[in-house]
Amino acid sequence: MKKLLLFCFALMIYQLSRAQEKYPETFPVNGAWDVRPEQFAFINATIVVSGDQTITGGTLLIKNKMIEAVGAGIAVPKGYVTIDLKGKYIYPGLVDAYSTYGMPEAPRQAFPAGGFGGGRTSNPISTKAGAFGWNEAIKPEMSAKMVFHTNATTAADLKKIGFSTVQSLIHDGIARGTSVAVSLADDRDNFVMINDQAAANYSFNKGTAATNYPSSLMGTVALIRQTYYDAQWYKNQKEEYNISLDEFNKAQSLSQIFEASDPQSVLRAAKIGKEFGKQYIFKTDGQEYQRIDAMKGTGSAFIIPLTFPAPYDVEDALDARNISYAQLKAWELAPTNPGVMEKAGIKFAITSYGISNARDFWTNIRSAINYGLTEKQALNSLTITPAEMLGIADKVGTIAKGKIASFLITSNDLFKADNVIYENWVEGQQYVVSKMDITDLRGNYTLTGSGFTNTTIAIGGAPGTYDVNLSHTGADSTRTRGTITRTGDQVSIYFNLKGNPAGIIRLSGYIASASPITLKGIATIPDGSSVNWTATYTGPAPQGGGPGGPRGDAARPNVPVGPVIYPFVAYGNTEIPKAETVLFKNATVWTNEKEGILKNADVLIENGKIKAVGTNLSAGGAKVIDATGKHLTPGIVDEHSHIAATGGINEGTQSVTAEVRVADVLDAQDIEIYRQLAGGVTTSHILHGSANAIGGQTQLIKHRWGLLPEQLKVEGADGFIKFALGENVKGTNSGAGNQPNANLRFPQTRMGVEEVYVDAFTRAKEYKEARAIKGNNVRRDLELETLADIMDNKRFITCHSYVQSEINMLMHVADSMGFHVNTFTHILEGYKVADKMKAHRVAASTFSDWWAYKNEVAEAIPYNGKLMHDEGLIVAFNSDDAEMARRLNQEAGKSVTYGKMSEEDALKLVTLNPATMLHMENRIGSIKPGKDADVVLWSADPLSIYAVCEKTYVDGVPYWDFSKDADNQKRMKTDEARIIQKMVEAKNAGSATQRPAAARRRLYTCDSIEEENFVVKDAYTEMEKARAAASAESDDNNIKNQ
Amino acid sequence: MKKTILSLGGLLLGITLSYGQATISPAKPQSKPIVITGATIHVGNGQVINNGYITFDKGKITGIGEGSAPGTSGYEVIDATGKQVYPGFICPMTTLGLIEIEEGAKGTVDDVETGTYNPHVRSLVAYNTDSKVIPTVRSNGILLAQPIPNGGIISGTSSVVQLDAWNWEDAAYKKDIAVHLNWPSASAGRRGGRRGVAPETTTETPAQRAQKAVDELYTLFAEAKAYAEIAKPAVTNVRFAAMKGLFNGTKKLFIVADEAKQITQAVTFAKKLGIQAVIVGGKDSYLVTDILKENNVPVIIRETQALPEKEEDDVYISYKLPMLLQNAGVMYGLTGIGFWRQRNLPFEAGEAVGYGLTKEQALSMITLNNAKILGIDKTTGTLEKGKDANLFISGGDALDMITIDVQNAFIQGRSINLDNLHKQLYRKFAGKYGVKANL
Repeated sequence: MKKLLLFCFALMIYQLSRAQEKYPETFPVNGAWDVRPEQFAFINATIVVSGDQTITGGTLLIKNKMIEAVGAGIAVPKGYVTIDLKGKYIYPGLVDAYSTYGMPEAPRQAFPAGGFGGGRTSNPISTKAGAFGWNEAIKPEMSAKMVFHTNATTAADLKKIGFSTVQSLIHDGIARGTSVAVSLADDRDNFVMINDQAAANYSFNKGTAATNYPSSLMGTVALIRQTYYDAQWYKNQKEEYNISLDEFNKAQSLSQIFEASDPQSVLRAAKIGKEFGKQYIFKTDGQEYQRIDAMKGTGSAFIIPLTFPAPYDVEDALDARNISYAQLKAWELAPTNPGVMEKAGIKFAITSYGISNARDFWTNIRSAINYGLTEKQALNSLTITPAEMLGIADKVGTIAKGKIASFLITSNDLFKADNVIYENWVEGQQYVVSKMDITDLRGNYTLTGSGFTNTTIAIGGAPGTYDVNLSHTGADSTRTRGTITRTGDQVSIYFNLKGNPAGIIRLSGYIASASPITLKGIATIPDGSSVNWTATYTGPAPQGGGPGGPRGDAARPNVPVGPVIYPFVAYGNTEIPKAETVLFKNATVWTNEKEGILKNADVLIENGKIKAVGTNLSAGGAKVIDATGKHLTPGIVDEHSHIAATGGINEGTQSVTAEVRVADVLDAQDIEIYRQLAGGVTTSHILHGSANAIGGQTQLIKHRWGLLPEQLKVEGADGFIKFALGENVKGTNSGAGNQPNANLRFPQTRMGVEEVYVDAFTRAKEYKEARAIKGNNVRRDLELETLADIMDNKRFITCHSYVQSEINMLMHVADSMGFHVNTFTHILEGYKVADKMKAHRVAASTFSDWWAYKNEVAEAIPYNGKLMHDEGLIVAFNSDDAEMARRLNQEAGKSVTYGKMSEEDALKLVTLNPATMLHMENRIGSIKPGKDADVVLWSADPLSIYAVCEKTYVDGVPYWDFSKDADNQKRMKTDEARIIQKMVEAKNAGSATQRPAAARRRLYTCDSIEEENFVVKDAYTEMEKARAAASAESDDNNIKNQ
Repeated sequence: MKKTILSLGGLLLGITLSYGQATISPAKPQSKPIVITGATIHVGNGQVINNGYITFDKGKITGIGEGSAPGTSGYEVIDATGKQVYPGFICPMTTLGLIEIEEGAKGTVDDVETGTYNPHVRSLVAYNTDSKVIPTVRSNGILLAQPIPNGGIISGTSSVVQLDAWNWEDAAYKKDIAVHLNWPSASAGRRGGRRGVAPETTTETPAQRAQKAVDELYTLFAEAKAYAEIAKPAVTNVRFAAMKGLFNGTKKLFIVADEAKQITQAVTFAKKLGIQAVIVGGKDSYLVTDILKENNVPVIIRETQALPEKEEDDVYISYKLPMLLQNAGVMYGLTGIGFWRQRNLPFEAGEAVGYGLTKEQALSMITLNNAKILGIDKTTGTLEKGKDANLFISGGDALDMITIDVQNAFIQGRSINLDNLHKQLYRKFAGKYGVKANL
């Protein structure tokens, strides 16, 4: 056994040892020094110097791993090993701008035993020893050069593709430290470093960091912003030493590379960049084509992958339902991305990152070329552009004197389907990808020898991947495909000519002569006897090969593709709809103004505004809609919603997270936006969840379907922030591991909740005073700044609340700390303290009839709205739920039953009143000339269960039209069917496929805690989660948690 | 110490609970014949009688028709001119009476037993007639319900109850009529989003995993069927004993299945075993109406007020589902979800009217159709002579939230107290503020 191990060890040493062992100057050497001249001359080559310049019949001289000369007509000095590359090409070695080559694997996240019930260990601050920052996800101190170690196997994989230089980064955390640019030479670590500080890297992914915060994307954005501010402050302070902030500052002069998956992520990161004067280079997932104008608008350069999705298994129509329209479209359009980027004039590099099968790299490049990427751009994106990004354009990226001798020798134009990369020279070191055939065997041959008559051998394919076909002519003609293997000058072929003669015949031979090519050897025939054979070249092989045809190019052919849709999801538009001038004739108009409900009235909208309300209005150029028997209302306003946000709705890891902003994580691709429109909802207030006493800043949006996240925001709206009281804040109902720090975070009682507010606002007050005196010498703190804004009436509170005691408490805290509660949301026991709320001028945004889903709503009653209304409060009904939101009109209708509210007042619960509590009553919430043209046409009384939402306008734009819905669906179905046909064809052509599994969107409510996105996938944690889910599943069989 | 706190908590809870219920007693048996006159009567089978009358005595309907009722002297007369009369609504799948507080009060939750195959656990015995939720649901015309067990693969056995009783024995309307089965799903994490994703270490596809579970069900049911044939088993198996009714037609198998493939598998399963099946949920049922129709398998739609499953789906697909099944000739009912939310059952039904159902079809969905599916249509579900007097009078259209106004309700002829905790709290605080309680 021991012997065997020793043997294995010896074998390993043998395999690792290099042809030439080089040592740095300062190293001791074991045995004789082996320093060689390393002078090579490559002659007669077509040298593609760069995307712009090609030299034919050129010579390339290299010496000591550097390029000494390149050009035509250069004489080869003595002492050079000369390599004749007649008919062959030389290209600059490729540069991969994004890789983790040579980096240690990221450690797995600690997941303690008992994770099933107990969750992760709670780490409010970093547990890393040393003078580092507080959050483990911010690790600018990580330096790739300190951990880099060459890896011959990984290097070989990249070299086979054609790369010779890569950026290598630590792919872990939000601030990921500095990366290196290294060559892939099979050499000592000391020799391959090209730039030890290539770039500073960032992402939105927390990676392995065990610190609780951030658990959401909005927390991540806040953390990045705060880090920039902290780093600025750090430069001028003398109180602490902080390696993380120090290194963060030092890395600012490098290229700043931000990994952001999709266009919305890119815009999110670009916004941070703008705030701090940073022009990031974005490494993405390659979906820029979905929002190309906006991508161009960032002014950034990109690093894009070639990870084009494989076609899905679509044969089973029911299973195919699991593939979303967006997935189908993305499959079809992904290969167009590089071409679209080029056309838009965006600077970009192409990376092999994310490609699991190396063969796909060239196939996908050719697909991209088929879809409009020029070869010149492709070459630039693989050479000089990434070199520039990594600050090494003076060393690699083109073939020029003084640069590193990294280049490719190919059989053909690099991007041709049958091109073969023969050799990849990396820093003057030869790496053979496919043995260079000085004699190309392709051609027709006459086979002679005892027993062979009228037999022709046709060798086709490409050098390195030859194929062979044999034919026997004459009365009994046959054709057959054989198998050919070439090893150096040795050639073996076997085939079965089916009777001429019978059985499998094996030829074993060698190249006997190069001009004309003659192969000779011994043939073994089925009876075991041997005969001599000779094959003599007669001419080039015909194109197309024999039976079975030529080996197909797997690249996607350039066939027409469908249009991009906005947003890139089902029901997206090919054209973004525009505002219309419309006259609604003869409607029942619910004005929400003193005119009340007008019968047989007309409403004119123009330029996104309501122009006139009256009778017998003249249409002019307006489109006329006969609204006889129908009802026109203002668009519905939802005061409490969690749609259209991504990456988690709760940053519940701390009790105060005033710094996080829903504004940073809007998702304009959420199908719920479209569904809200189909329910007459035009404006939604997107809130942070209710996991903590002071949650995040909210965002008011209009449902402008098809526009960008920033464009959803209601211009000039006052800012709000979410507060929360009660069971959620106490963590009462969390368990089964879905809240990371259950039973650890203060507060655990309503007593503690009060103190959270007192403490937070006390600190904020002191902060405000200090800033007033010392200005920027006081560290800018985004959390305290937000709280100070509240005290200055620059930001307003909407507070999740249930029972009377806590409602009363917060109003008292507000009085004592000098702030005002704008709105209590949910407020199901508001009816018990409506008089006190009235005295404090607090608005109430409640549910119509929800109760009994937890103990703090045991006395929630459907008469709550009516009682508060009668007491003189501004009352709204909200949804907190994507489903309920799209029938808020019905929820308002319930107040007509429970408490007999007038219909006019009832509709205001979901229109004017929420608009008022959001300080938007001058723009939305009623039908009045000058206000926004956010209007809804209903088939019947809008409060009735029988009312169908027929048309919804936002700013005069018709975003929903029931009469067109059937056509829209049909169009989508047709497009789906077309793409599915294409997929089946792709599959039949031999493409690998993937199983349908749509990533369905998660619906958020107040309680939603989302961590999954930010935790490194690990089989063990996944299993624990599945178990926890299975157990949780059984008790959440129906009710959504409010 | 902990115990003391717990019992103290229990005591406090007890006081709160007693508040609402103390004055709401179950009604006494019908003591004299009653006639309701001048009403618009919705029979439940599609028929509407304008200016109609209905008489009932000793809990049974004795007459129904247009105009004035013959021979009703000595009857208690309820003038319902301008009002609507409906059969009591039936909620076929609910946790009403099994859960009092959904979250954070585990002690009040009795719908999920531990274990995978629990056909023997019976929801009836856990049904709490004193739940303060029940009167709030009853106030909107829901007079009968089937509280059902959840969880596991076979969740248990259920009974139909009437919603005005002193205890579960009184409440029982038809006992132990259904066994509940959750059909295995091939699409991972369907309900819980990403939470339900299985570990990536497994090489099984979701479809293979689901098929394994289905195979296991075939084995289990084959054994249960064989067991049912044994007159006196040497060793009693309470699980198989509870399943016996499935094979002699006294129990139906309620199978929770939303996806098209699940539904197809479930229907085939029931057919092979000779079991009467009911599909519960049936979100995709409109895609597989043929097999449902061919095998006479009805669907209980869980809710119309739901979001579509897939981004590509018709935004109103859930609203349209009843119409799609109606047009395809599939038998369907509607249940609504949860327990307290069942007071919205009439609106869940009304929702379908804007999307292709007639009002009377929508009504049948929560009366006659549900009664048929539960197997109680001989005694309830419509207003027909001989059936139980399970009915109510509403001031307006009871399927619409702006008009529903349940003024009188009768279960087996007994005049039900329509007060509830919410009305009481409304009166209490209207009193505090000196405003009128508009009930």
